[in-house]
Amino acid sequence: MLESVLVANRGEIARRVIKTARRLGVRSVAVYSEADAGLPFVREADVAVPIGPAPPGSSYLDQAAVLDAARKTGAEALHPGYGFLAENAEFAAAVLAAGLTWIGPRPAAMEQMADKINARNLMEQAGVPVSAGTRQPVADVAAALAAAERIGYPVMIKASAGGGGIGMSAAADPAQLAAGFETARSRAERFFSSPDILLERFVPRARHVEVQILGLADGQVLALGERDCSVQRRHQKVAEETPSPGIDSQLRERMLAAAVRAGQAVDYLGAGTVEFLVDTQVGDFKFLEMNTRLQVEHPVTELVTGIDLVEQQFLIAEGADISFDPASITPSGHALELRIYAEDSRRFLPSPGTISAWSEPAGPGVRVDSGYESGNPVTPFYDPLLAKLCVYGADRPQTLDRARAAVAAFVVGGLKTNLEFHADLLESAEFISGDYDTSLVSRLRP
Amino acid sequence: MTEVRAEMVANVWKVVAAEGEEVADGDTLVILESMKMEIPVLAEDSGKVTRLAVAEGDVVQEGDLIAVIE
Repeated sequence: MLESVLVANRGEIARRVIKTARRLGVRSVAVYSEADAGLPFVREADVAVPIGPAPPGSSYLDQAAVLDAARKTGAEALHPGYGFLAENAEFAAAVLAAGLTWIGPRPAAMEQMADKINARNLMEQAGVPVSAGTRQPVADVAAALAAAERIGYPVMIKASAGGGGIGMSAAADPAQLAAGFETARSRAERFFSSPDILLERFVPRARHVEVQILGLADGQVLALGERDCSVQRRHQKVAEETPSPGIDSQLRERMLAAAVRAGQAVDYLGAGTVEFLVDTQVGDFKFLEMNTRLQVEHPVTELVTGIDLVEQQFLIAEGADISFDPASITPSGHALELRIYAEDSRRFLPSPGTISAWSEPAGPGVRVDSGYESGNPVTPFYDPLLAKLCVYGADRPQTLDRARAAVAAFVVGGLKTNLEFHADLLESAEFISGDYDTSLVSRLRP
Repeated sequence: MTEVRAEMVANVWKVVAAEGEEVADGDTLVILESMKMEIPVLAEDSGKVTRLAVAEGDVVQEGDLIAVIE
């Protein structure tokens, strides 16, 4: 086993990785910004190194500072978590060049998937279904309008280097496309330093379902089931569950097989996620993108399989065998993750502040991955995720029952949270029926 | 006179309106950024922007003055 790992991240995911490191006897090194000095992950790591001021560009995204911390602490490996530097192929290469183990896929695979246009083209060649769309960057509004004529409205406008839903918008007609194109371009440039835009056919009543894969050293790619991530606000996930209540076993098999082909096409190593859009009307699916890292919502897969995905990442990175027999994995039961955000429950506006009270629910099937505790500041510099409330049950009804009790028992004081939204979600007939799509939240909060 | 104030702690990403400019109710005055989200601050009245109290890169606290419309 590895002897030490530096976790180049913050909050709940840093804490999550440190927990597995501790269980496996791996020395953990945290890095933190000035704003995060009092957070639990800093205390729980074996060693913690300050790497700069609060703005991400001066700390968590500062590659030299992170590598310097690794050197000073003698860390053997680096786990990037998600976000920040996790999908930066250049950084992964720099980690390897510094003689460290990169706990993630090979930089070449990261590069192939980072650009959405390239990824789409690659997937099409590999026989993974992609929706109608542009095969190269759309140069200007005129080109966008011409492309949309061919694809057919409505279309989705996306930043090719994008992620996290930022800069994405749907256009139902040429006027909306012309307006949305310029906005998308300026955001793409600002957030992702690349103005490249692609257009894709937009499916209005769609589910967002993704497949967890694990690429092994021998080239084998395993699919560890799906996660339904259709509960979204502003194209960002709020709740995820597995199994998906919206697909049958036949469709599931086809999706898992396509995800394996996607992983094989880029010689994928380690944990990754292949995202699909499922058209619920026709029972068909299309490739959306691949996330070349551990996913925020990975705990729901862990709950139904009993596998610690971070442990598999460690094992694969050091060239060891995974801890389970792939043939023996049969997911059982149902799992749900609710993202507890520092935002109000009505309009979902950010609510930074200081946490004055914090009490996590407990009980059968309840797992809380949190990044904060009472007294901690929640600053405007980072994403609003406070905690992931994960619930497991023998079936979906039991899981939802347990989730209702857990949401009611979760106490966060001092700032607004979306706990009230989650309580409403768990009572909504549409969510309870399982027959919902990515517009569910806009119907709950018109 | 209408005072437009910040609803939350945020960074000022973009100043869209200019002092002296005529704006209509609902026009975007500035765009704030907090927790990786853009939050447009809109004019709550029609009139002339007599004061713009923030500049790009500023940090505003909840309740801080952003603009005055008369």
